[in-house]
Amino acid sequence: MALNRREFMRVAGVAGAGVAFANNQSHANEFAQLPGSADQMMGVLVDIPNCIGCRKCEYACQESAGFDVAPLETFEDKSVFAQDRRPTPSSYTVVNRYGHPTGDSKPAHVKVNCLHCLEPACVSACLVRALTKEPSGPVVYDAAKCMGCRYCMVACPFQIPAYEYDNATTPQVRKCTMCFGQLTKNGGVPACVKACPQDCVIYGKRNDLLRLAHDRISAHPDVYIDHVYGEHEAGGTSWLYLSSIPYEELGFVKAGLTAPPALTELIQHGIFKYWIPPLALYGLLGIIMKLSRPDPSEQAAQAESGTVEC
Amino acid sequence: MLVHGPAKPTGHTLATPGVLALLALTVMGMGVAGYRLVFGLQAVTNLDQQHPWGLWIAIDVGTGVALAAGGFTTAALVHVFHRQRYSALMRPALLTAMLGYTFVGIGLMFDLGRYYNIWHPILPSMWQGNSVLFEVGLCVMCYLTVLYIEFLPIVCERFAGDDRYPRLGPVCAWVQRVVRKTMFLLILAGVVLSCLHQSSLGTLMVIAPSKVHPLWYTPILPLLFLLSAIAVGFPMVIFESIYASWSMKSKYEMHLLAPLARFIPVFLGVYLAFKIGDMVVRESYTHFAATSVTGALFASEIILGLVVPLALLLSARVRSSPRWLLIASLMVVLGVALNRVNIFLVSYQPPYAVKSYVPSVGEFVLTVGLIACLMLVYRVIVTYLPVLSSAPKAGTA
Repeated sequence: MALNRREFMRVAGVAGAGVAFANNQSHANEFAQLPGSADQMMGVLVDIPNCIGCRKCEYACQESAGFDVAPLETFEDKSVFAQDRRPTPSSYTVVNRYGHPTGDSKPAHVKVNCLHCLEPACVSACLVRALTKEPSGPVVYDAAKCMGCRYCMVACPFQIPAYEYDNATTPQVRKCTMCFGQLTKNGGVPACVKACPQDCVIYGKRNDLLRLAHDRISAHPDVYIDHVYGEHEAGGTSWLYLSSIPYEELGFVKAGLTAPPALTELIQHGIFKYWIPPLALYGLLGIIMKLSRPDPSEQAAQAESGTVEC
Repeated sequence: MLVHGPAKPTGHTLATPGVLALLALTVMGMGVAGYRLVFGLQAVTNLDQQHPWGLWIAIDVGTGVALAAGGFTTAALVHVFHRQRYSALMRPALLTAMLGYTFVGIGLMFDLGRYYNIWHPILPSMWQGNSVLFEVGLCVMCYLTVLYIEFLPIVCERFAGDDRYPRLGPVCAWVQRVVRKTMFLLILAGVVLSCLHQSSLGTLMVIAPSKVHPLWYTPILPLLFLLSAIAVGFPMVIFESIYASWSMKSKYEMHLLAPLARFIPVFLGVYLAFKIGDMVVRESYTHFAATSVTGALFASEIILGLVVPLALLLSARVRSSPRWLLIASLMVVLGVALNRVNIFLVSYQPPYAVKSYVPSVGEFVLTVGLIACLMLVYRVIVTYLPVLSSAPKAGTA
């Protein structure tokens, strides 16, 4: 209960901060094309310097997703930080540790999971609508539609979707769902947000979180670099990151600023613009077919000798 | 002018060492396929979370579609541009395309995690017009249907005049009449559908700009895929014709293949021009390192698969020699195959990969099995159905 109250305060605080610094920067236009309005779009802000690497979010995520989760104590094992880990079909979020490159003793811990892009490449790639972007932010998966082609994995700029290769009959694409459909179970916030004992994983409206992030940067320029990862990466993501170290040094990909589907959809819809290009080609070939037809007498002669195919 | 006799079943015996070898390879492939269906992708393939697409997508699907392009290029030549002299090549090219696409579908089934949902793109409720793969999938399904209908009259021809099946005769005659009347519509549809999905297959990787090596990543990938598919069509037809004549010990159809080969340098030249032009415009040559694996493969694709066969085929002596024509055609075929493998496998460099993808033995065995099975079915069909033409009768025209 105390936890819930704290969560409530956290979300309320975010909203308040957003109102207070509303004049800071306007992001209103950014959302004009999105499936949900800016007001609906939720997101999560990960404040990397605040993370202590307790891995409670990993535990909570696996428990909430209904996996066979190991006891909480096992997540205190810090030896896993020896290697960079990636999300797997049975763990949608993992925390990696990076030694501070400037020699400072304090390491940085980075929570890795689906960033829930505003214009997701996986959703654009999926040929059967098995992946969809919810107006409230989450990118969710419907296994019943999925063919298992794994084009979503090719398309994802962050290399997030994980596949159940060991399942012979009903394999699924697995990734963070932002606890879509489970929010009430977790007290209105994603499981990892609820589990975080630090001011590190913050749930709220994406607009408010963006403002909060920039406020933190301007309030503590000594702590944060002036870059909110996810604000523009891959066309913007619902998850946002604050860091004190350049993101390239923390295992983040250097994603382009445009959404990957922008180009493929431009090509695709160009080729099919009002069906004109395919029909024009059909018509053009038809005209050539008609004009290049040999004269009938010659054709008849050839037909007799059996050379003309149907 | 030499005129071909009508196509007829070869009647050649199937009990040859070659056929038995194909059968053995097919059975081995089926073994791996069965193992994959029971134990899953992990048990057979080296795919991992970083490498979702492997040999099966690169060869069975990517290369398979490209090498089946002989069907639509020959159809365009014979039926749209009415170069009647090449009509004897139409049926084998049609059969290759039909079998090629059929095996693309079969190969894809083993790669799909939920192969039983392969029909989902047909359902309008699941249509996803933004997806390039949706365009490819639906186009291939439509084109495969067109190919089957185009092939129907050949099956009917076999049974229409056969006294052993008296009831089939009128049905076959009716089917032949109907298909023949609508054939021009089907031919045009086949060419348009081919242009669409051959190019869209190239658009597939455009969605992963950060993962595809800059030597290959270009927004004009769809155009390059279309041009290379057109360029590989006739070399594939030539390769099959020479191979079929050799394996059945019949006469090489050089009187058709030599003039057909004149078109190839033109198509190769256009493809090469766009490939080089793209490299210059994007300045992607700065990423070229001759000593690296990617550099060597990129160079092989262009020099061995494009420049050398282009130069060879400009020579009339090469075009009229079965051996050299076969070599030059094979270089084009392997060059385009290498291009598809390069784009779907070699150039794909995902972030966070700890090891690179190398196909497993099982993946190779299944792919080889599929190719062997395709050749086997081809052999059986030309034995019993009128596909291949008899040797040319000199002096009839």
